Amino acid sequence: MALLSKKDANLILDPLADNNPITIQVLGICSALAITAELKASIVMAISVIFVLGVGNVVISLMRNIIPSKIRIIVQLIVVATLVIIVDQVLKAFAYELSKTLSVFVGLIITNCIIMGRFEAFALGNGPWKSFLDGIGNALGYGVILIIVGFFRELFGTGTLLGYPVFGDPIAKTGLYATGYENNGFMIIPPAALIVVGIIIWVQRSRNKALIEEA
Amino acid sequence: MKEKLHQLKLKYQGKKMAPAFNALHTFLYTPNETTHSGGHVRAVDDLKRTMNTVILALVPCLLFGMFNAGYQHYSAINGFPAEFSLFEHFITWDNFWLGAITILPLVVVSYGVGLLIEFIFAVIKGHEVEEGYLVTGMLVPLIIPVDTPLWMLAVAVAFGVVIGKEVFGGTGMNILNPALTIRAFLFFAYPTWMSGDKVWVHDAVNLAGTPDAISGETILGYLAAGNTSEFSYSISDMFFGFIPGSVGETSTFLILLGGLFLIFSKIASWRIMLSAVIGSLVMGLVFNGAVAWEWIPEYSKFYGLMSFDFWKHLIVGGLAFGIVYMATDPVTGSQTNKGKWIYGFLIGFISVMIRVFNPGYPEGVFLAILLMNVFAPTIDHYVVQGNVKKRLKRLKNATILPKPSDGKAEELKVETV
Repeated sequence: MALLSKKDANLILDPLADNNPITIQVLGICSALAITAELKASIVMAISVIFVLGVGNVVISLMRNIIPSKIRIIVQLIVVATLVIIVDQVLKAFAYELSKTLSVFVGLIITNCIIMGRFEAFALGNGPWKSFLDGIGNALGYGVILIIVGFFRELFGTGTLLGYPVFGDPIAKTGLYATGYENNGFMIIPPAALIVVGIIIWVQRSRNKALIEEA
Repeated sequence: MKEKLHQLKLKYQGKKMAPAFNALHTFLYTPNETTHSGGHVRAVDDLKRTMNTVILALVPCLLFGMFNAGYQHYSAINGFPAEFSLFEHFITWDNFWLGAITILPLVVVSYGVGLLIEFIFAVIKGHEVEEGYLVTGMLVPLIIPVDTPLWMLAVAVAFGVVIGKEVFGGTGMNILNPALTIRAFLFFAYPTWMSGDKVWVHDAVNLAGTPDAISGETILGYLAAGNTSEFSYSISDMFFGFIPGSVGETSTFLILLGGLFLIFSKIASWRIMLSAVIGSLVMGLVFNGAVAWEWIPEYSKFYGLMSFDFWKHLIVGGLAFGIVYMATDPVTGSQTNKGKWIYGFLIGFISVMIRVFNPGYPEGVFLAILLMNVFAPTIDHYVVQGNVKKRLKRLKNATILPKPSDGKAEELKVETV
């Protein structure tokens, strides 16, 4: 017996590829540009969003029948804000340096369109278990792109991965740097993330022609 | 030879590598295909002739750049000649040889990588190779410092051609000028190789820190560093181009000749060039005025560049080169005549503004042109809309003859039916 029924599995798998929140729905771009200069920050951001969206979707789903529809946006905001503050406090307590790198962008998870989008589009109309899977799936789809972008930006921008030097020491000129290689400063600035995301979209659409919109 | 190529072409028609073959073929000969239906207006200046004309206008700059690379290098080592003589100090085999071995590799890499990517994309997409890269490939080596490492150039060219052009659909569809995209990529990716006082003279980077260290700052760099004293270059040095700078940008004289050539062959728009010159002069005058009325204290870090005579902005740095060869790019510039005036004016205006206010790098031409490239369609849109409005207004106020009351309208209607 499979752990998840086919329909449930699709809730997780679809957002990873053919219905990815970043590359297909083009949501959550702001944070994808801002914090992907380092792989570590991308991973932490991805985990934070997985937590917030997974738990938030369940909470909203449980409350879906008692929220008056006129004030549902405010209720949703309160739920996200609560969860984000938890994440923020945990980060500040256990990973202070990292929380400084992420700075305001942890707080800005509140305004991440993916989260409000899933609350509105899915959690308000489905049961807790399905909503949980949907939240995890979408957050994973977001996280995967973040990690891919972070990987390339850190690798070419600073020559490291998770802080570990991959190409050698740029100041002492060892490893690849001895041959005249230099880090690409362009990859560190946010526009580079936009271009990397663009290339991912390009690759994805040329592999799956069904995703290309009518001109 | 020509016949054989035509036969080969027919043989390979429809094969995968056909576009690549056809590209070489049409580069050498006029294709033998003719259209069979309808009437077509034909002109001899197809895209390839246009491109070749621009390249022709660039060759003097390239040759001058080679001599200048040698001249700057040897002068930095041996000291500048006290009595400058053109043939004794500038047009010498030593200078040319040094320039050739440093600059020709740049040209080769620029064309090699760029055309390779164009060929790959043509084969993937199954269409003909476009000629668009011919000019870009020549422009790129002219707007970078002599000592740019070749692998950096290769990376930048690959980026510029793919992201700047191919993703938009190839030649004629790009929003940004590809050569400037390449320049901007190099500038943001490897700033240490694109600015400062060590990159403009050959070997200065290698010799830095040794007893033989040499340096050659651009005039703009010198002014931006806050030096207000006189520099050693005379106005004729600046105009004829015996100053450090990117390979092909230094000689305003040759750029002017190239520009006139382009205007008379009707390849480039004189409106853009003229309005860009006016724009830069206006901005320069504003800054000069600010200095003259003592709005800017002498200790301000902008003082050096602001007090620089307004017209001298045109003969140092890349402003002239950008105006003549980059701003006039027919694909990325404005298309309407009125739009061209606005577009050109803003390029000149913003270039000088960025020059003065950019703290890191006292040159703004490439940024100004890229910015205006983005705005060009918007400018055109409003010019066209304005024109539509004007005509509608004219229609409303016009007295239309014959008046419906005098019965002639009926008569005319009968005639036309």
